Amino acid sequence: MQEYLTTLLGGAEGLALEVGYLLGMLAFGAIVVFGFILPVAGITSWLERRVWARMQSRIGPNRVGPFGFLQWLADGLKNLLKEDVIPTAVDPRLFRIAPYVVVVGFVAAFVAVPFGANLIIADLNIGILYVTAATSLVVVGILIAGWSSNNKWSMLGGIRSATQIVSYEIPAGLGIFPVVLLSGTLSMQGIIEAQGWQPWNWHMFHSPFALAAFLLFFVSALAEGNRTPFDLPEAESELVAGFATEYSGMRMLLFFLAEWGNLYLIGALMATLYMGGWQVPPFTENAVLLGVAQFLSIFLKSCFWVFVAMWIRATLPRVRVDQLMTLCWKYLVPIGLVCVLGTAVTMVVAPEGILGLRFAMFGLVVLVIANFFRRVVFHLRRAKGMGWTIAG
Amino acid sequence: MHFDYANVLVFVGLGVGLCALMMGLGALLRPSNPERAKLTTYECGEEVDGDSWINFNIRFYLIALVFLIFDVEVAFVYPVVAVFKGWVDSGRGLFALVEILIFISILISGLVYVWRKGDLQWIKTVVGPEERPRRRVVGQGGADYVVD
Repeated sequence: MQEYLTTLLGGAEGLALEVGYLLGMLAFGAIVVFGFILPVAGITSWLERRVWARMQSRIGPNRVGPFGFLQWLADGLKNLLKEDVIPTAVDPRLFRIAPYVVVVGFVAAFVAVPFGANLIIADLNIGILYVTAATSLVVVGILIAGWSSNNKWSMLGGIRSATQIVSYEIPAGLGIFPVVLLSGTLSMQGIIEAQGWQPWNWHMFHSPFALAAFLLFFVSALAEGNRTPFDLPEAESELVAGFATEYSGMRMLLFFLAEWGNLYLIGALMATLYMGGWQVPPFTENAVLLGVAQFLSIFLKSCFWVFVAMWIRATLPRVRVDQLMTLCWKYLVPIGLVCVLGTAVTMVVAPEGILGLRFAMFGLVVLVIANFFRRVVFHLRRAKGMGWTIAG
Repeated sequence: MHFDYANVLVFVGLGVGLCALMMGLGALLRPSNPERAKLTTYECGEEVDGDSWINFNIRFYLIALVFLIFDVEVAFVYPVVAVFKGWVDSGRGLFALVEILIFISILISGLVYVWRKGDLQWIKTVVGPEERPRRRVVGQGGADYVVD
């Protein structure tokens, strides 16, 4: 983005240059925050309800606008008009600060999220480390919310959430290491440039270890984003609304804004780290066309993972607390350590990578997906043969 | 470089601004009728029984301690894995690999220690002398269940 601004500002120098930079940063930042993050978080909330509904043979929101598309705006407006109740027992200062901390942690992560070869706010040299650090702020906000509410449900939810998120930071970190090993850099653009547009040149197919680390990272990211099957902090059937029990109206909406926005962030990280990010085949010389294709490439990959997260939420039941901790410390952490070491050994044995292994991994994943569709067709036929009607 | 991190500050500002804007807009539009019953803490409609700022389970502290140690070690691994490719490309890959192996084996031995000590066990079963043998009861309809 700095190059754009430098060209835009022309020959400005000294104070004029600094002020120009600042205004430019504010403008681009505002475009990303208000023009991308907010609509994406909102539309995700609508899409999630539609997807669940379809998966559970229901209809879902379909009244506001075409297919209920404007539901998210209506929800926002409604929350805007709701009374802001702050119970007398809470710690008012911390109670008010908590949503700010959560939203700042999640918005700040978007500084280093790439949208295209030239579309990134700032390609920080510690990109992926920065993103994990910024998203860690969310847990602080959730803990503040849980503690300050002075409510038993909130307290339990907040502490559960803190335990869960900090525990799963370890496997998430271990899931990132193979990518850093393979790319030799922490910068997000550097990681993407180390991959190719062909699927078998993605980091995820480098070796069985990279493939395992990829799945490991997805599971940990779901847990860090408080998504089912790891949504214990706000388990509505046991903890009312978890850490958000005492929150109402706009403040509660801010928590959920961060949660839905985080979903896209998870997708973008998956796409960047393991799935080649914005890489597209060099089909044209036209810079604008190429930019659009690159944006679509990373956006659709991210949306795919957002969809998978919704699918998981509609399918799987919630795990218990002890299962959650066992899964993290006794399964994911050892697997993660093996993945890191395995990737390092593979790199030393074959510094250029093994093309056959890449194709084998790629073929394996293609077979798994093909088998999935085979099963879908089988069950559809079976349902038809039994005379059941498929909703939709 | 400075430009990159200035952006981070701008985004933090935008995050705060976003919240402030939405809260401020709400303050202009929303009603405000506080009353005593409305401002009580929610406890499923029951009278609130005591504070919730109490001592809580020690297990959470144990997890926090284990996390702290592992997170610091993960933070130490970041720079090593970032330069690893450079070492492999310059032909010193084996040396770097041995160093990573030593470091991660220390991590693994720490994990094994915590595991053996039982601190990763979320549900601790304490078998005391008061443990009574369980009685098997044949319920109605032939269903068996166990009572203490």
